[in-house]
Amino acid sequence: MTPVQEVGEIFGVQKIGEYFQFTVVAPGIAASYTPGQFVAVGVGGDNTSMLLRRAFALYGATPTNDFAGTIQFVVAEHGPGTQWLVRRQAGERLDLVGPLGTPFRLPRRKVPAVLVGGGYGTAPLIPLAHQLIDAGSDIEFIVGASTASRLFGELAAKRIAGGVTVTTDDGSAGTRGRVTDALPAAIKRTNAHVVYACGPMAMLRAVGDVARAHAVSAQVAVEESMACGVGVCMTCVLPVRGDDGESRFVRSCVDGPVFDAARVRWDDVGSLPSDLVGADAMGG
Amino acid sequence: MADLTTRLASLTLPNPVLTASGCAASGQELHQFFDVAQLGAVVTKSIMVRARSGRPTPRMAETPSGMLNSIGLQGPGIDAFLENDLAWLAEHGARVVVSIAGGHTDEYVALARKLYGNPAVSMIEVNISCPNVENRGQVFACDPAASGRVIGAVRRAADPKVPVFAKLSPDVTDITLIARACADAGADGLSLINTLLGMAIDTDTLAPVLGGVTGGLSGPAIRPVAVRCVWQVHQVLPHLPILGMGGIRTGLDALQFILAGASAVSVGTAVFGDPSAPARVLAELDQALDDRGIAALADVVGVAHRSVAEPVKESA
Repeated sequence: MTPVQEVGEIFGVQKIGEYFQFTVVAPGIAASYTPGQFVAVGVGGDNTSMLLRRAFALYGATPTNDFAGTIQFVVAEHGPGTQWLVRRQAGERLDLVGPLGTPFRLPRRKVPAVLVGGGYGTAPLIPLAHQLIDAGSDIEFIVGASTASRLFGELAAKRIAGGVTVTTDDGSAGTRGRVTDALPAAIKRTNAHVVYACGPMAMLRAVGDVARAHAVSAQVAVEESMACGVGVCMTCVLPVRGDDGESRFVRSCVDGPVFDAARVRWDDVGSLPSDLVGADAMGG
Repeated sequence: MADLTTRLASLTLPNPVLTASGCAASGQELHQFFDVAQLGAVVTKSIMVRARSGRPTPRMAETPSGMLNSIGLQGPGIDAFLENDLAWLAEHGARVVVSIAGGHTDEYVALARKLYGNPAVSMIEVNISCPNVENRGQVFACDPAASGRVIGAVRRAADPKVPVFAKLSPDVTDITLIARACADAGADGLSLINTLLGMAIDTDTLAPVLGGVTGGLSGPAIRPVAVRCVWQVHQVLPHLPILGMGGIRTGLDALQFILAGASAVSVGTAVFGDPSAPARVLAELDQALDDRGIAALADVVGVAHRSVAEPVKESA
């Protein structure tokens, strides 16, 4: 799972709702990818003033067979970096580093699972669903967004899983409401042992709360702002409780992006709790 | 192939390209992309006496050709560092410059003693200029007397065989005064420069972007400031070795620092965008020397000063 840096040619860019789905030739990354991992993409071209890579959850990878291996990821137009990226076309080249981060952990035995995706956070859950089904687990999907054009992967989810619930905040598709409104029923219906989620931080926290209330574990993939993506800059940290019971700022790029939701101290994200290891040294 | 050998006081390095403190952790992550033993040395993230959590997030903001950070020296403390990080670097054959930081002179002295006699330590870089400590802008490196006290105490406490370099801040009226104070206190050389204190405000939330409010500005945006600092210090202290850093992204950027008077360079923020940047800069610098018919790096350290007949006056 050692990450590689490679320059890959864009095979295709497909617009899906408000998102852009990239397929890029990247055999080195495709070779060792596991669902939950991400790719860090250089933006702006040579001599750009944008120094930092942009991180995207991998939507899939096709390892090298008759053709060179490809990877897929989904981009939402957000700031100047992603604005540059979504204007790229097939044949252009991207500077990529990946696969990065700790993937989703699979259950040791086949157990029912609910997969919850918010916006383009559904992307990394699709390859995870294939993996779970191959392992014999029953799965259900809950796919949500603020509005219909920000849904992603709804059709792919329907092709893989029997049960797919769609929610939107404004009711423009599926049921009006939040993914977490539909989650308790899905957990009960499937007798789920585990919930997997990817999406905005507030959603992940709410998914973790619902899972805990139903005594099932939740693995959530976070999206923290990162500078390097490889573990050297220490900017993407979250307060997380460790195996020893002590909490530390840990890097979401290498220790995550997938965390056990019960270990993340959601209340303390963006602050410095006094019981964190080393917080007492911050005075001087 | 030019002769890339360089000297930082009593330390001889096979080449002049190092990592920069805080931009390479302790080398393990970057070793996935290139062999860290191939570099002149690995400069480790500033280590303190005790484990330190660092500041709350957000800790980073991208700025034009640069970035702001307010990490706040997150680290495991010296004991865990020696046991894990330094041991790993030694095992992998890397030369190591250990960066140390503290809130008081006593802490710097304690760190120097912990490193005493450790064969894995090639050099000590004394970070007296991190902007992410408690008294923003009141760092030791803003005051010649305070700088001299810390550097003198570290020099006395440290292994005499190991060079002690002082890392200075550009956020001062006259960096040559601080440089001279450090040299007088026994510094074997200087690392120039640390980040500049900066700030960004989010116009949607109407609040500062960084959890730490202010942060250190790094990247190519500060390169001209860094080259100027190296130039000015080399002019007044031509025999004091300089490790230059600040926005180096290419071999030609590195060459600018060498020509201004640095004997070696650190590649920092560029690593965040290109994890193999230090190895690439080394190859590019080697090529740049060949292209110019320069047989040895040592021949061109500070050579740009020769082209300037008169000492540079502050422009109005």
